[in-house]
Amino acid sequence: MKNIVVIGGGIAGVEVACMMAETGNRVTIIERDNKLGGKLNNWYCLFPDFKKSDEILNYIKNRISKFNIEVKLNSNVEKAERNGNTWLVHTENAICKADAVIIATGYQLFDATRKEELGYKIYDNVITQADMEQRFREGNFLTSYGKKPERIAIVHCVGSRDEKCHNMYCSKVCCVTGVKQAIEINKFLPDAQIFCFYMDLRMYDKFFEELYRTAQEQHNIQFIRGRVSEVSETPDQHLSIKTEDTLSGRPMKMKLDMVILLAGMETKKNTKEIADKFGVDREISGFLKSKDFHIGAGILTQKGVFAAGTCIAPMSIKETIENARSTAFQVNEYLKTL
Amino acid sequence: MKFDDIFYYPFLAGTIYLFAVIIGRFIRWFLGLSKIDKIRIRKGFFSVKTLQSIWESIREGLLHFKMYRVNKLLGYMHMSFALGWFLLIVVGHIETSCYYGTLNFPFQHSIFYRYFITEQTDFPGHVFFAYAMEFLLFYVLSGVLLAYFKRFKSKLFGMKKTTRMRYGDHIALTSLWLIFPTRFFCEICSAGIYANGSPIFNAIGAFAGQYLPLESLLKPLWAFYSIDLGIFFCAMPYTRYMHIFAEINYIFLKNWGIRLKKRVNTFTMAEVYSCSRCGVCIDACQLNLAGIKNSQSVYVLKNIRNKNLTDEVLFNCLLCGKCQEICPVGIDVNNLRITQRIETTLQYNSSYDYLETGIAKKSDVVYFAGCMTHLTPAIKKAMLKILDQSGENYWFMDETKAPCCGRPLMLAGQFDAAQKLIDNNQKLILDSGAKTLVVSCPICYKVFKEDYMMPDVEVRHHSEYILDLVKQGKLTLKQSDKKIVYHDPCELGRGSGIYEQPRELLSYSNNLVPINNEKEKAMCCGGSLANLKISMAERNILSEQVMNEFASYNPDYVVTSCPLCKKTFAKTDILPVKDIAEVVVENIENKN
Repeated sequence: MKNIVVIGGGIAGVEVACMMAETGNRVTIIERDNKLGGKLNNWYCLFPDFKKSDEILNYIKNRISKFNIEVKLNSNVEKAERNGNTWLVHTENAICKADAVIIATGYQLFDATRKEELGYKIYDNVITQADMEQRFREGNFLTSYGKKPERIAIVHCVGSRDEKCHNMYCSKVCCVTGVKQAIEINKFLPDAQIFCFYMDLRMYDKFFEELYRTAQEQHNIQFIRGRVSEVSETPDQHLSIKTEDTLSGRPMKMKLDMVILLAGMETKKNTKEIADKFGVDREISGFLKSKDFHIGAGILTQKGVFAAGTCIAPMSIKETIENARSTAFQVNEYLKTL
Repeated sequence: MKFDDIFYYPFLAGTIYLFAVIIGRFIRWFLGLSKIDKIRIRKGFFSVKTLQSIWESIREGLLHFKMYRVNKLLGYMHMSFALGWFLLIVVGHIETSCYYGTLNFPFQHSIFYRYFITEQTDFPGHVFFAYAMEFLLFYVLSGVLLAYFKRFKSKLFGMKKTTRMRYGDHIALTSLWLIFPTRFFCEICSAGIYANGSPIFNAIGAFAGQYLPLESLLKPLWAFYSIDLGIFFCAMPYTRYMHIFAEINYIFLKNWGIRLKKRVNTFTMAEVYSCSRCGVCIDACQLNLAGIKNSQSVYVLKNIRNKNLTDEVLFNCLLCGKCQEICPVGIDVNNLRITQRIETTLQYNSSYDYLETGIAKKSDVVYFAGCMTHLTPAIKKAMLKILDQSGENYWFMDETKAPCCGRPLMLAGQFDAAQKLIDNNQKLILDSGAKTLVVSCPICYKVFKEDYMMPDVEVRHHSEYILDLVKQGKLTLKQSDKKIVYHDPCELGRGSGIYEQPRELLSYSNNLVPINNEKEKAMCCGGSLANLKISMAERNILSEQVMNEFASYNPDYVVTSCPLCKKTFAKTDILPVKDIAEVVVENIENKN
């Protein structure tokens, strides 16, 4: 029986842990939060089918309860040492022996205050998609002035594909998140006008394109091609945005009540530290570097260390689960060689 | 024809040619100046500025104080050449006139003294003169030796780079390097034959005479010396060595108040020729870090002179002014570059006919945020809080409709278009009746200060203005335990000389840590809009390097007073960055 340590107890961490336990290994999860589930805990529902995120959380809970997996909550990796083929992973109050370590630390949302011109945390009615999910959960749609918003803008690619904030890559899931949230808002606030400001819409997966079409045809969402350059507050308690409609080639100004920023995915600071502790390479983008992008995305550049989920690259929930399963397979292949 | 009568002709020809060219150039430069500049010269000529210029010429032209301060070895090298050679000429003349007992002697006897004066001399101080001249020769030779090392091993000078040369430069450089060793051998040779040097040289000469046919070497050596001088003097006007005379000329013109005023004129050439290509500006330039190695000031000056300046070089510059600050000659390189840029963009014309005249609000203070501040709304919000809190009767001029201050157009040489914006804004400001204009952006600050005609309106950058408010008791600040470093924006610091006010303001509340590269030496954030050629990746290298330097002081955050610097630094995500106004807002003591 081999020992496996999984760092991170989000979707990827739990799924890969269960897969490893299922194939007869002794598994420990190190989670720094006080509960499993990661960012999903704060989400309301998922694209493309509006499945409640709680359903996925329940799936995780049920699944993990079937196995004898040790879960260390409120724990952080302090140190990692390699002794031959064995890793010693130190947390605050324990040392875990591992034949293989799986990093599943996930991502962090791009800090939208870094795009100061968009006014996040300066104007109360500028929020991120994560804040919006929280509002869906709470059923709170009022502006900070206590009014029902009449005009809402959703700004795509905040901190993604943006050389100006050192992030050259695409976060992949924000496009469809924006479309999903636009439809949800329309369901809650049928009278509100909703505008999506995008560069191009990357509807890459099953049902995404259909969702985009539905948004336009049935929910009257307006899509304007152009990046928002500036958000400001007008003296009459509205927001004003500046952009260019690049299809008509005209600069435009628009008055709004609420702006939702689709902040991209970034590597966590914490992932960077863990990568350094295990001597794992990272890409220029900050994400963990796979040994082979095509045939072994979960295998990292350090022997006995693997990765699952969004610490490798931006992924949707579905892809994260698939990726975790594939990593588990690769870890088992590796364990056979020991 | 006897050898004695003609061997100095090459030297003589070189000298005459050199001075003819120099005087010709000086006259051409003078004639090309504007009428006002000519009046400035006439007025300045009989003023104390002329005396100042003489002193500055000695200090920088001969002694090279400024260069010595920047780089000791380089300063010594330049000083040994300039001062040593100058004294060789002066002391040589005194020696010769002492020998003849009159000032009326054939001039070549002073230049080629040991060749002509072969008898044993006994005028008072002759031994002193012999020693003095030989000492001076050694002094110059020490500089030659350093120059030799510098050319091949510039790292010895602590310089990463030294200037690249062209074909003509090589001729001049070689002849310059040969002048003093040749002179040394000439003197040894003469001393060996005639024993007319100092006892030391005589002994060396006698020793050399045992092995070498000094008699037959004498004339070729002295002839070579003369020819070498001649070649150097002829090459001088076409190489960087022209700076020896041009620099003196520049010092006088500069002190008499001549500046480049938005357009190129012959003063450009007076500046260009003053550059000694010492290379100090190359190392001062941050662009090196990003691998940009062909657009530093020395190369621009060289390219202007050689008429091969490309846009790639001209526009690949942050205009941060670090090289200007450190330039030993004090060449106004930023202005020089800006005027060159203007010549290339004059053809474009933007129309601002659509500008509408707004309505001014009567107030005591006008606040102008500027476009960059609108892109950093936290600064705008902080400023409004400060203005509200201090109870000022103010008008936020560009709150909804945001006119441009005109600076970008000014820098692009579109004076007519810029003037339309300036007139429009100026009318509004004057209509408001305000006595103070507060701006948040150092880029705007400079144009309001320099190009607007509002003699009764005081233009204040917000760092100065908030300090005034605190001093007048309109704002009270409480103590904070935050440790901070302050970044001097180029336009506010080197550009406008505002270093102390922000520091004083920050010291009211915070623990302000002094850093190594601050004030005049402050680095550019890398975001400068002046550089039209740099890539975003190259910019990021510059920004990260500066932020990492700040991070080495472990501050809680970095404070600056320019929206562009703030934005540039913030995106590196290395340390939190705040504007000085935001820091003040955090520390305002609420009046109850």
